[in-house]
Amino acid sequence: MQKLIRIEPSKCIGCKTCEMACSFKHTGEFMPSRSRIFNEVFLDEAKFITVTCMQCDDPWCVKACPKSAISKEMPSGVVIVDRDRCVGCRTCVSACPFGMIKYVPSLGKVDKCDLCGGDTPECVAFCPTQCLTLEEEDTPLRQKMLRFVDAVKEGQMEVRK
Amino acid sequence: MSRFSLKGWSGKLLRVDLTAGTCTDEVLNEQWAKEYLGGRGLGTKYFTEEVAADVDPFSAENKLILAAGPLTGTYGAANGRYMVITKSPLTGTIASSNSGGYFPCELRYAGYDMVIFEGKAEYPSYLQIHNDKAQLVGAVHLWGKSTKETEDQILAEFHGDAKIACIGQAGENLVSFAAIINDKHRAAGRTGIGAVMGSKNLKAIAVRGTGGVKIADPVAYREAALDSYALLKANPVSGEGLPALGTPVLVNVINQMGALPTNNFQKDTFDGAEAISGEALASTYLKRNKGCMGCVIGCGRVTGLAGSRFDGDGEGPEYETLFSLGSACGVDDLAAITKANYICNEYGMDTITIGTTIACAMELAEKGLVTEEEIGMPLSFGDADAMVKLVEMAGKREGFGEKLAMGSYRMAESFGAPELSMSVKKLEFPAYDGRGIQGIGLNYATSNRGACHVRGYMISPEVLGLPEKLDPQATEDKAVWTKIFQDFTATVDSSGVCLFTTFAIGAPQFANFLTAATGAEFTEATIMEIGERIYNMERVFNLKAGVDPSQDTLPKRLLEEPISDGPLKGEVAKLGEMLPEYYQERGWSTEGIPTDERLQTLGLV
Repeated sequence: MQKLIRIEPSKCIGCKTCEMACSFKHTGEFMPSRSRIFNEVFLDEAKFITVTCMQCDDPWCVKACPKSAISKEMPSGVVIVDRDRCVGCRTCVSACPFGMIKYVPSLGKVDKCDLCGGDTPECVAFCPTQCLTLEEEDTPLRQKMLRFVDAVKEGQMEVRK
Repeated sequence: MSRFSLKGWSGKLLRVDLTAGTCTDEVLNEQWAKEYLGGRGLGTKYFTEEVAADVDPFSAENKLILAAGPLTGTYGAANGRYMVITKSPLTGTIASSNSGGYFPCELRYAGYDMVIFEGKAEYPSYLQIHNDKAQLVGAVHLWGKSTKETEDQILAEFHGDAKIACIGQAGENLVSFAAIINDKHRAAGRTGIGAVMGSKNLKAIAVRGTGGVKIADPVAYREAALDSYALLKANPVSGEGLPALGTPVLVNVINQMGALPTNNFQKDTFDGAEAISGEALASTYLKRNKGCMGCVIGCGRVTGLAGSRFDGDGEGPEYETLFSLGSACGVDDLAAITKANYICNEYGMDTITIGTTIACAMELAEKGLVTEEEIGMPLSFGDADAMVKLVEMAGKREGFGEKLAMGSYRMAESFGAPELSMSVKKLEFPAYDGRGIQGIGLNYATSNRGACHVRGYMISPEVLGLPEKLDPQATEDKAVWTKIFQDFTATVDSSGVCLFTTFAIGAPQFANFLTAATGAEFTEATIMEIGERIYNMERVFNLKAGVDPSQDTLPKRLLEEPISDGPLKGEVAKLGEMLPEYYQERGWSTEGIPTDERLQTLGLV
């Protein structure tokens, strides 16, 4: 089963530690502008939204790449850029509807989340509130279903009394 | 220009001559950086080297320094802090005021450790920094606007991702306790630094930075961060109390011990405490918890007043505000306190000083020393509506607001009763009575910026039991502990890390962080020595500025009038039992003057 970074916005405190951790691991510097995960803070609405690559099943970036530099690895399901093949044409940047693959001028290549190559992603390791977790893709769904089951169960107990 | 060889620091400062309208990059002084780190220490070093101690705070000769630390903008603990250093118009001492958020980190990502403002702009201006490009632009269209409006306008006209620190109307109006607000709701609050900014016709600093903070030893730094994370998470205060309820967790704690100053320190327990507690806030106006950038604690409280008789939203109130605008004024109306807090953030004012100044006015009125006509309304303890109204009048300097804008000491003095100002060196007390908690009293008396809890937070050992529990009423050993807390705090304030981390991490962790980040070597001993050096540097400046050791004292009320109620009834501050020992511990003369010998050891002469 494919693993993905699960994001629970209600737990986020807007600290951007994910951006710090991601950029530090992949560039050696604390440089949020180079992060592959984005923690957007809306001060007025008090909303903190985190987004990153969802490792699409049928990725636009893979289809768009004229050099076959991007592939979806199996069985991990992670969408990976082969830097040796990438020529920095940015076609994938235009193709991704989510803005989750970006061109890095200093590299002359594109860059995106690769779930840290199989380890615990660095953003997940450093997230202070467990807003970010690495989970098999259907786990969240099952947890939601179980919460619903619990609610129903509680309700029946009430009725019996 | 010499090169800056260490990592951690950006190694660069921006000097802005407001008179000439120029912005110039300078290499950071590497020797000073090693001796004073950044933030409060390095900012004060530059300040004291460049500005005469007798400078008039509102003159063009005074400078205003915004300084991040070498750890600002990194992860590891709660590393989103910066300091503002200048000479205070409220106290006449060195002023350094701390704030956190996104702005401090953005300054570092733009490549700067520090910005030094000098001179005075001819007309309202603000500074735009976009990585290595900095320029002053006109701010006539922003003058008179609140901090919120200012920030929104700059985001629209400069850069949507910019991070901003600015003043509101209070700073423009030279209110002596005006603050600098960053990221809309976070305040470098105390000592009137916002008024100095206003006096320079400087409305805001807007930064967009896309660079990075370089680390000397990334592997060791990551290890240090994981180590510190574990300690912060396991600690009852940083891992539990602060994330759950924020600083308002203290309202019930301090009230129950009988040290929550009420009605301008005439009482020490507050009947309305429950109504203004962290628990009450959580069940009413709290929307969610928030952290500064890189924070593992998340003590910030995002709130909104929908459903109350007031409107608006923002952040806070913090514990200190619940005291100053709450118990100190006898006000138990949480919505009114929160509303007044929002007004403070929008006008850019210190909630502690305005609240306690209103409390002082309430006592002046109670004692018949100021009339209803002079105030323009009836005023008594517990009057929530009058409190909210007066906060706004102070920001505008309107009517009686003119008096309030002076701060409690000068206001009370003008009515012939300076002893009713609950302050040291003209800075008002925060939310812990020094009569019931002896060590914090000693810290208030000796703090380099007046009565301030975050210069040596003795509440940690005396109340919270961290790192170990001390008897709050005892005077033994308090001198030693106060010195350690004051020195260590100076180092923390100079590193870019939040003081709240120190419930869980200490000098060994800071030594690890700084060594790994910078590549220079720091040990537990140097961490404490740097703090002591900074503390003495500030003291020497204050002495030169004419703030003599006779001001290392507490108001008569704390020294002579015993607490009138509650568990600590009968207690007074026993400053006389601690002060001589404190001077001795510091290696100062019996008169409180740093000796040449000690200054030499610290490399200050």
